[in-house]
Amino acid sequence: MPMELQIITAEREVFSGEVDTLVAPGIEGQLGILPNHAPLITVLQPGELMVRAAGEESYLALSGGYMEVLGNRVIILADAAEDVDEIDEARAQEAMERAQQRVANRESEAELQQALASLRRAQVRVTVARRRRNAPHRSMVARQQLG
Amino acid sequence: MPSVRDIRRRIRSIENTGKVTNAMSLIAASKMRRAQLAVTDGRPYAEKIHEVIALLAAQPSDDDDTAHPLLQVRPVNNVGMVVITPDRGLAGGMHATINRRVAQFILDSDATVRSIVVGRKGRDFMVRYTDTVQAVFTDLSDRVALADTTAISRLVIDGYSSGQFDEVHLAYMRFVSTVQQEPVVQRILPVEPAALEAAERVGYIYEPNPAVVLSALLPQFVEMQVYHAILESIASEQSARMVAMRNATDNANQLASDLTLVMNKLRQDSITNELLDLVGGQIALEG
Repeated sequence: MPMELQIITAEREVFSGEVDTLVAPGIEGQLGILPNHAPLITVLQPGELMVRAAGEESYLALSGGYMEVLGNRVIILADAAEDVDEIDEARAQEAMERAQQRVANRESEAELQQALASLRRAQVRVTVARRRRNAPHRSMVARQQLG
Repeated sequence: MPSVRDIRRRIRSIENTGKVTNAMSLIAASKMRRAQLAVTDGRPYAEKIHEVIALLAAQPSDDDDTAHPLLQVRPVNNVGMVVITPDRGLAGGMHATINRRVAQFILDSDATVRSIVVGRKGRDFMVRYTDTVQAVFTDLSDRVALADTTAISRLVIDGYSSGQFDEVHLAYMRFVSTVQQEPVVQRILPVEPAALEAAERVGYIYEPNPAVVLSALLPQFVEMQVYHAILESIASEQSARMVAMRNATDNANQLASDLTLVMNKLRQDSITNELLDLVGGQIALEG
């Protein structure tokens, strides 16, 4: 039985639809949610959200937020959420390098925290973007299994 | 008495002005639609975060009784005021309305008011007539993103947490409809969680615990409100401009048609006069 997932940011509704499972970056570690999960409220850290629907996995880069599970309904309030297709890997890579620079050249504790946060977000985006590059292999595996 | 040529020149100039104002009104109309859409798109998030904060604030805190810094109610000595105004004019009486409302608020307030101004129109007014300006933000785009407004919210949140402000208000033009916008002053800090209906309480598992979830969400909530007010202000600005420019276009067309009438009459008069001269001359020759 599928469950309903809704991902919303302050700017728009990113996703709304039925999914079979999802793995979210919970504040205390990866968190897998299956249908009929107990009611749950958690903070999310920047990370990758994996969603499996109709046997296909898709990935989103989340930069922190909040998740609520109630009945067969999951709501994610994200600070920002980007689909694989929306991420430009080269730009994400650049952003990550810039963030690394800032971590190295920090002048105060607050600056370090900020730089680390943006480094974390950039890393997530790069990871998610790489998923796409590896996607052809994954579908080949899928074909082999079918064959 | 202006000559036919003078009038024709004026008509042409008025028609050109009309073309410009017409184009401006069309542009404003499309920008308004986009801004309205952005307001609507943000609504599910706004509703949800409202609901969650109400839910969390209703949770009894187990460790200690100190409320989250953004929920603390203090005696009000210093008020922070975020004034959201447009960057550009030609939008009817919009910026005058919002500035007047803000000025009224400052006059009525017993506490010391410090303002954070968004937009040139507000800046010009506040700098000239008050001595409250603490920070100014201008040149936000018409398609403002949440990330563009976080600098403003950060200032507000830090100001409140550090005790620099005991209350923070948001002043902006609320978008009611295309032809109606109203100035509002709304308190955003301390956050006042909405009362919760008992039926909505469910035994949630909190990870790690309600207090942490709440403190992660409260700044988001404030950011969302600031962002939302800016979107509303943009929608109001564009619709005010659209209406103002449409009126200007109508006036230009009216003026052009009135002047055309005057010009035709003048032209006819001069033809009649010439004819009379001609006929008079003929009669004189024949007589």
